[in-house]
Amino acid sequence: MGVRRKMALRFDLIIFTILLFASPVLSDLILSKVDRRIDLTSQIVRITSTLKVENEGSEPVSEVLLAFPDLQVKDLALLKASPHEGKGKVKSLSASLPVENVKPNGMPAALTFYAVKLPKALGKGDSYTFDVLAVFAHALRPFPEKITQADIQLVVFQESAFYLTPYVVKVQSLSVKLPESRIESYTKLENTKIHGSEIKYGPYENLPSFSYSPIVVHFESNQPFAVAQEVVREIEISHWGNVQVTEHYKLVHGGAQNKGEFSRLDYQARPTIRGASAFKYLIAKMPPRVHSVYYRDEIGNISTSNLWGDSKKTELLIEPRYPLFGGWRTAFTIGYGLPLKDFLFELEGNRFLNITFGSPMNELVIDNLIVKVVLPEGSGDISVSAPFPVNQWEETKLSHLDLTGRPVVVLQKTNVVPEHNQFFQVYYKFSKLSMLREPFMLIFGFFSLFVAGIVYMHVDMSISKSSAAYLARLQWDEVQAAIQQVENVINRCLTTHDKLEASLRDLSRTGDVQACKAARKAADGLLKELSKELKLVLSFLQSSSAASQILPKVEELVAKEKDLQEKVMAKHSTVVDCYEKKTGIRDSENRVAAQQQKITALRQEVENLLELIDEI
Amino acid sequence: MVGKTESQNGAVKATAAPAMNLESDLFSNFSFKSFKLKTKQQELLLRVSILGLVYILAFITRLFSVLRYESMIHEFDPYFNYRTTLFLTEKGFYEFWNWFDSESWYPLGRIIGGTLYPGLMVTAAFIYWTLRFLRFAVHIREVCVLTAPFFASNTTVVAYFFGKEIWDSGAGLVAAAFIAICPGYISRSVAGSYDNEGVAIFALLLTFYLFVKAVNTGSLAWALASAFGYFYMVSAWGGYVFIINLIPLYVLVLLITGRYSMRLYVAYNCMYVLGMLLAMQIRFVGFQHVQSGEHMAAMGVFFLMQVFYFLDWVKYMLSDTKLFQAFLRITVTSAIAVGALALGVGTASGYISPWTGRFYSLLDPTYAKDNIPIIASVSEHQPTAWSSFMFDFHILLFLFPAGLYFCFKKLSDATIFIVMYGLTSMYFAGVMVRLILVATPAVCLISAIAVSATIKNLTSLLRTKSKTAVAGSSKGTGGSKASSKASFDQSQPFQKNGAIALLLGAFYLLSKYATHCTWVTSEAYSSPSIVLAARGAHGNRVIFDDYREAYFWLRQNTPPDAKVMSWWDYGYQITAMGNRTVIVDNNTWNNTHIATVGRAMSSYEDEAYEIMRSLDVDYVLVVFGGVTGYSSDDINKFLWMVRIGGGVFPVIKEPDYLVNGDYRVDKGAAPKMLNCL
Repeated sequence: MGVRRKMALRFDLIIFTILLFASPVLSDLILSKVDRRIDLTSQIVRITSTLKVENEGSEPVSEVLLAFPDLQVKDLALLKASPHEGKGKVKSLSASLPVENVKPNGMPAALTFYAVKLPKALGKGDSYTFDVLAVFAHALRPFPEKITQADIQLVVFQESAFYLTPYVVKVQSLSVKLPESRIESYTKLENTKIHGSEIKYGPYENLPSFSYSPIVVHFESNQPFAVAQEVVREIEISHWGNVQVTEHYKLVHGGAQNKGEFSRLDYQARPTIRGASAFKYLIAKMPPRVHSVYYRDEIGNISTSNLWGDSKKTELLIEPRYPLFGGWRTAFTIGYGLPLKDFLFELEGNRFLNITFGSPMNELVIDNLIVKVVLPEGSGDISVSAPFPVNQWEETKLSHLDLTGRPVVVLQKTNVVPEHNQFFQVYYKFSKLSMLREPFMLIFGFFSLFVAGIVYMHVDMSISKSSAAYLARLQWDEVQAAIQQVENVINRCLTTHDKLEASLRDLSRTGDVQACKAARKAADGLLKELSKELKLVLSFLQSSSAASQILPKVEELVAKEKDLQEKVMAKHSTVVDCYEKKTGIRDSENRVAAQQQKITALRQEVENLLELIDEI
Repeated sequence: MVGKTESQNGAVKATAAPAMNLESDLFSNFSFKSFKLKTKQQELLLRVSILGLVYILAFITRLFSVLRYESMIHEFDPYFNYRTTLFLTEKGFYEFWNWFDSESWYPLGRIIGGTLYPGLMVTAAFIYWTLRFLRFAVHIREVCVLTAPFFASNTTVVAYFFGKEIWDSGAGLVAAAFIAICPGYISRSVAGSYDNEGVAIFALLLTFYLFVKAVNTGSLAWALASAFGYFYMVSAWGGYVFIINLIPLYVLVLLITGRYSMRLYVAYNCMYVLGMLLAMQIRFVGFQHVQSGEHMAAMGVFFLMQVFYFLDWVKYMLSDTKLFQAFLRITVTSAIAVGALALGVGTASGYISPWTGRFYSLLDPTYAKDNIPIIASVSEHQPTAWSSFMFDFHILLFLFPAGLYFCFKKLSDATIFIVMYGLTSMYFAGVMVRLILVATPAVCLISAIAVSATIKNLTSLLRTKSKTAVAGSSKGTGGSKASSKASFDQSQPFQKNGAIALLLGAFYLLSKYATHCTWVTSEAYSSPSIVLAARGAHGNRVIFDDYREAYFWLRQNTPPDAKVMSWWDYGYQITAMGNRTVIVDNNTWNNTHIATVGRAMSSYEDEAYEIMRSLDVDYVLVVFGGVTGYSSDDINKFLWMVRIGGGVFPVIKEPDYLVNGDYRVDKGAAPKMLNCL
């Protein structure tokens, strides 16, 4: 534990020089009870005020004014009024009361006013209770502004002990909730009590309008001061079933600046003491069924992250590459996919996307948030409805297989806190047929590639049609075709022989000579035809000069085949004769066996020759 | 990724198309009812599909690192290449060409356009632009990561054609399969290893193949193609010097062995003249082809070719042999004399620069150690150990001599080339570890010849056997032919079994090779070295990402004009990932500057502070691996800081840092050593 210097705290407080007006009473409203709770447990300051208004005048009033000093207003991220429903009840968003910025006459210049519209005008003597939630983004100031690695971080918060309002307040109280019980100092007024990490002021009674009494709380806060200077959220819709969200963060530690050196060894050894002010990780709460989550930055994947989830929610814990000390920056990108059916709905032919606006990170202040909704190519009639005012414009984005680009709706808002994480809607029209365009483009692309291949194979690309090499190649092609024809014919002859053999086998089994003879006749005809065909091809080969090399082999083949044919015929006739004359089977077998031997040898040779020619 | 697979498919389909067409031709011509293919078409189909599979295999085997880590750039130099590619795609080619980079070598700066080989960057940018044009919105990083595997796949195709050219298509297929998974090549071409070598090996093999094809055919077109291949190689890698020396050497050998032919004349002249002119367009190479000693051999052979041609012509004109002999003597002596004189005058007048240190260190492995510590300090410039040969080549190392035997048995112009390529590159691989890469294609090709020839012989033996056996059985009693074959059988009774056993052995060896390659790829060559992974106590994977943590911190939390001093290894990574100015980086062109940094690192703190002030340094990056047990940290490199620093500044003496000839950093270290840490 480092030595903590007790230093005299001197604040250059900007004291409000607000004159206590002699109440130019706007209306006859009074606040009969004000109950304020200030939550300082995180870097975001949340002030919840429960106001009970009473109309003491005669005219009905429907507006209540809220006053904030201008200095606070610049940090004001969100202001929301909702009817008070007592404890334990969940406030519904729809029940919030409309709030608008107004500039009433005759009011002090250093104040900004907001008017809350009551659901119905208050008559005489009526009262109404509602809650006002004000969220401030940068209201905590680190003091001292520079600390070393070992120091803890102290911050200062200023407010008024009395509720600043243009109305008279009858009873009011204030409680300030701190993250830890260690309090460096706080302004002591009458009726100040302290309970652990909670400071209570009040109750104070019957204070005039615009009462102001500054209080300062100086306390320890080691909560992560994660401030995103810029976040770009890109939500891309694919009608194939996916909503892809990509978020680019530029993060800075908004707390006390780190001074001196950073020792990794100290930090590693005792991270809670030597690095209490640093924050190590962030947690993002994501919708359920989130998939393909990644976490990376410009120079690659960041391996320190964890994801777990159940059916209700998914939580992602990410650690930056290094622990962030005060003033240090980092930048990273997270991305995830969401199922389309959870976020995209159809309404009267229109489609609309219903998704949250802010970043899913816990307790993150975003100075400038840009949300881009990328709609599929070809969508039109785009409109946006957001629960709070945002800047809006349109862009186009070129992505995979786009021709004209996808329409992008860009929404921009400054000073965003987690309370802004509300749903917004983007309406657009998109026809289902457009979905099929990209697959068709791909199909067409591959198809044309194959067509180009086919065309290339069939088109004669030679420049000189009369060169010797070209002619020789053409001739060679013809010769090859002819030789294939020869082979084909020979093969058919061989099958015919096989058929004859088969008929002989049938004969020996059934003894049906007629069938055998018929087979013989058919074979004869076929073979004659084939030999004619062969002659034609042979004469071509003989005339062609390119075939001179291969011609002897082919001729040998043809001769052998003819030989074989004769032998087969002879054998066939012998066997048939034997059957017809009913001569001794043994005798015929002897004769046939001799023939059979020759046939097998010839057949072998023919087949060898065929293979040889085929290889050439 | 998408683009890559698409182009793969394209290549496979394109080659498959002829097969389909032949098939359809066959179909229409013969109107067969069955779908049976002819043997030839079957073979073609098989060949194409095997090649396609090898193509895909070569690509996916290099993706281990992407699957295991992520799609990122590895090592040191690739970061520079990545950064320049990024610049090229963002700013366009002319900006790139004239880029003066003030972020490195502060305060000197570096003229990027004139001091790099732009082939790799232009290739990647071209792929990127093509994909963009086809509407694939890819990131340039993905293109860079996958460039090396893509070119490795292309190399397998070139290897196939090369193998086909020098032996037969079977050898080509085996060579393609070998080179697809050879660890020696994978080490430089895994996904993410975005370095010059990834593209250069493709260019090298392509140039050689085209040149051999040109020599075999004597065609001007092939010679022209090889000149363009050479141009691509020159634009991609400094290793082109190997080509420009090997090819003249090869031509010289052919001349001496009396294999001079018109084909050779056409091929070499066209390739040399055009290749030289094209290579001069690369600014980094410039006029080296006519001015540097390393390129003089090519020029000498070029003139020798002219003399040969002239002599041939004279011989043709002169009928008298005696007269010709005399003429020959005079011409050859005068030609040699003129050449030697020209070389002497050129060298003496300084027009022709002498050989550089790197070249010397190739010829004499001990040269660098004595004279240039900066070359010797790079681990990949060390002589190769046997184990790394075994690691990178495995069985190819044994098949290599067998392949040489087959090559010598069937000598031709092409086999002479591959033999020379194999022998010279093996020598260089022995001198420098990184040159194993150059030897890999040759080793694969020659081994493929051995495997292909052996298996072909064995299978043909088996096939004739089975045929006679079938014939014999069908013949029954047996004719004269069958009996003669039977007697042949009896003369070598175990031939068939022997062949089967040998085939099984070969199969076993090859499968061992495949498993070895996969293992090496996944275990040794697929780590990006910037992210370290280790096994934790419970067997889970622990990732150390400290480098990037530091670089990213520099990028985010220092002023944009901050200068970072570190040892030169980390220079490229700091500029690419940290986006900050560095004092020295991996392009070690200025030895003095590096020595200054070395001196600053190895001096006492107050002295070092002065030096750093004079260099305008804002941050110093040192790497200490003591906590996690990471061995290659700055303490490990301290030896070289001292040596390089001492090489320029005699103030620093190596013995001051030694205790009994050892470097120690613990209690027993030398006092000077401790004081400067």
